[in-house]
Amino acid sequence: MLTASAILTDGLVYAAYLFIVAVGLTLIFGVMKILNVTHGSFYAFGAYGAATAVGIYTNGDWNAALGFVFMLGLAMAIGLIMGIILERGLLRLVYGKDEVVIVLVTYATFLILEDVIGLIWGTQSYGAYQPMISAGNIEIGELVLSNYDIVLVVIAAAVAFAAYWSLKYTRYGRLLTTVIYDRETAAAFGINVTLVYTVTFLIGAALGALGGAVMAPKISVTLGIGVEVIVLAFAVVAIGGMGSIEGALVGALIVGICRAAAVHLMPQIELFVVYGVMALVLVARPYGLFVRAQPRKI
Amino acid sequence: MQAGAQWVGGLLLLVAAAAAPFLPNWVVSLATIAFANALVVLGLVVLWRVGLVSFGQALYYCIGAYAVALMGRWIGFTDAIALVLLGGIVAGLTAAGIGFLLARYREIFFAMLSLALSMILYGVLVKTESLGSTDGFSVLTPTFFGYAPHGAQLSRALYWLTLAIDAIAALFVGLYFRSVAGALAAPIRDNEIRVEFLGVSVTSIIHTKVVIAGVLGGLGGALAAMTIGHVDPAMAYWTTSGGFVFVTVLAGSGYVAAAFIGSLVFEVVRSFAVDVMPQLWQMTLGSVLLLTILFLPEGLGSLVSRLKRRVMKPGTAP
Amino acid sequence: MSTILEVRDLEKTFGQLVAARDINVSVPQHQTVGVIGANGAGKTTFINMITGHLSPTKGTILFEDKDITGKPSREITGLGISRSFQVAQIFPTLTVFENMCIAAAIAHRKPGMFGNIMTPVRSAETTAAAEAAIELFQIGRYRDVTANALPQGVRKLLDIGMAVAGSPRLLLLDEPTSGISIEEKFDLMNVVMSALKTRKITVLFVEHDMEIVARFADRVLAFYDGTVIADGTAHETLDNPKVQELISGVRLKAGAHA
Repeated sequence: MLTASAILTDGLVYAAYLFIVAVGLTLIFGVMKILNVTHGSFYAFGAYGAATAVGIYTNGDWNAALGFVFMLGLAMAIGLIMGIILERGLLRLVYGKDEVVIVLVTYATFLILEDVIGLIWGTQSYGAYQPMISAGNIEIGELVLSNYDIVLVVIAAAVAFAAYWSLKYTRYGRLLTTVIYDRETAAAFGINVTLVYTVTFLIGAALGALGGAVMAPKISVTLGIGVEVIVLAFAVVAIGGMGSIEGALVGALIVGICRAAAVHLMPQIELFVVYGVMALVLVARPYGLFVRAQPRKI
Repeated sequence: MQAGAQWVGGLLLLVAAAAAPFLPNWVVSLATIAFANALVVLGLVVLWRVGLVSFGQALYYCIGAYAVALMGRWIGFTDAIALVLLGGIVAGLTAAGIGFLLARYREIFFAMLSLALSMILYGVLVKTESLGSTDGFSVLTPTFFGYAPHGAQLSRALYWLTLAIDAIAALFVGLYFRSVAGALAAPIRDNEIRVEFLGVSVTSIIHTKVVIAGVLGGLGGALAAMTIGHVDPAMAYWTTSGGFVFVTVLAGSGYVAAAFIGSLVFEVVRSFAVDVMPQLWQMTLGSVLLLTILFLPEGLGSLVSRLKRRVMKPGTAP
Repeated sequence: MSTILEVRDLEKTFGQLVAARDINVSVPQHQTVGVIGANGAGKTTFINMITGHLSPTKGTILFEDKDITGKPSREITGLGISRSFQVAQIFPTLTVFENMCIAAAIAHRKPGMFGNIMTPVRSAETTAAAEAAIELFQIGRYRDVTANALPQGVRKLLDIGMAVAGSPRLLLLDEPTSGISIEEKFDLMNVVMSALKTRKITVLFVEHDMEIVARFADRVLAFYDGTVIADGTAHETLDNPKVQELISGVRLKAGAHA
């Protein structure tokens, strides 16, 4: 019984993290048809930014809540700056090329940014555990939960709700839905697709950085953390269906629970299970749970 | 890909083979690794021609390598030639199985699914204590029909074996490019519907390409494992695949030889860069890749064809 | 004359929408059949079902007495039915010659599982076949032009030429003259039809221009609301009052060709 609830809570926390990272990736793909490998860099920069922020506010003896907000804010600001430089400076040059070529461009950028991290923050690893420690624990029956994990789940839920609400009820959200549905028609109706692209990329970048920031206190911030994230996030997005927000949510939950179950029951298959589940889903539904295969037109 | 190119390639190969006794040992080993990796790149070129990129080609590389290493570990089998073939076959069979799933996908789905599949192997190997998990284990010293060379002689023997496998692979891939299946690469990229209505199954053509690339990846991995003398899960990691993709894009899909030259240049530059400025190696890779995509989308190989056109038709701009 | 194509009770529905129903047609060898009807009348659905792009909901299709209902398109092509497309389906990055070569090489493949690998794309046989097709369709001037730079009419001819390269016995042309200027239409159809006569290919062609239909079709099928409402010689169908009432353009043009 304890194992079951532990799997459920661990899975939920892990899913929260996966969702925050994956939602930015799927959003950018849905709107721009770009599989953005640089998302891993946004995550890494977010984590490093958060670590720096934690260093500043711990030294400055700030209030913990204020420090936490500062941490998230700094990380997202970094994400926004990187996003605008990348989108306006580089991706603009390759719009219209093959999807695969654009993946290679973002991969190249990812490689460059990996070394930029080393140049800025050096090769040592950073611990940013203070927010996690100062949040404390809560005991529910036999189960000990970290309050920080609860905050993480709340943030993910907030992101999910914000995405749902803004797509449905805001002007920009509806514009976005139009562009996702049919780019050319949207352009023909006078929608400024270029602007939509820029804004979408910025939102995606900020979400990637946010993912890094919320995870920073839970991990050791070190070189190479961006690599795994991009592959994991892709698995989540592929399960749910590329470009689908609800798909990212469901994909994150599936991967999160499966991985937590593996960790508790069969630790040796922990890494395997994520991709195994993905392969299984794709055999049944080649384009993920929430995306239907497009019939070919003649 | 005319007969002329084959003669030039053959000549270069002979020169490369004849040079071995006069080169220091570390150069021979470096070249062996480069030419082993070139096989993987050649496989990626086969896919790249039809517009597909595999970000998980290290899967087959790693399978080929582990097949060699495990044969030594389990039954003490060390014959180099049989082991290379075994590596190719095991990887090819894996590719044949995976191909049923993979051949349905195009573009980024193909790229990322291959990546995910290679990460499955990585995950399994990392968690398998009996195979040394992240540290891997060593490969027994290979033998050649009972002949067991050491030191420089071993390096040279492996080098020549690699060149021989390369030559055979290049020849077969060249033939393949001139077959209907090979020539259908551009048509499939252009218009799959038309290909289907001409009576060809696009899926089975792509499946074949996946298998060819898999066999080549396995051969490359087997040779690399024997040359390095050690295998570890990093051989399946996606950064390994990324390196192969890098050389492929750089070399372009126009010439079979470009895979070999590209791979050699890559290894040489890497061995220096990692010594001189390890903290800037990935940045160099990324920048070169970006510049290639932006300014030489057909790869460095296209420089040769541009030059050729200029030489053959003086006065006409390319 | 033996029957080459036999269609019985063919029906295709997409959810609630009935795209084709109760189609019964029998085509003898060497006939040239025109197919007319408004957009959405079921003409293209009909062709798509015969060539395997769509699977019928009901009914059977027999080609040379073999049941081909619901078979995949590449298998149907292999059996001897080819098609062209409303929008020419060619390989834009290859030259006209390379396009034809591919089509010819596929047609001359060695049999067996590895036929695609064991057959060289350029052999005396395939290049000769490609050259012959280029000559037959009179596009020799464009032999070395990249396909995406071709004028519309040449694209159409190349598209049909590639379909013919496989030596089909039945060819379906989906609006061969769409997107072609009025002055060029007749020239194009003359080239196509004489080429197909030379190769003794049975033809079914969808066409909106009634002058073209009257000029080239031995027999005309009129589609309305998913089914065939008239079937006879060009004259019989085009003079049919029901056809004149339901299919626009028929009445205007029918008189011109009495």
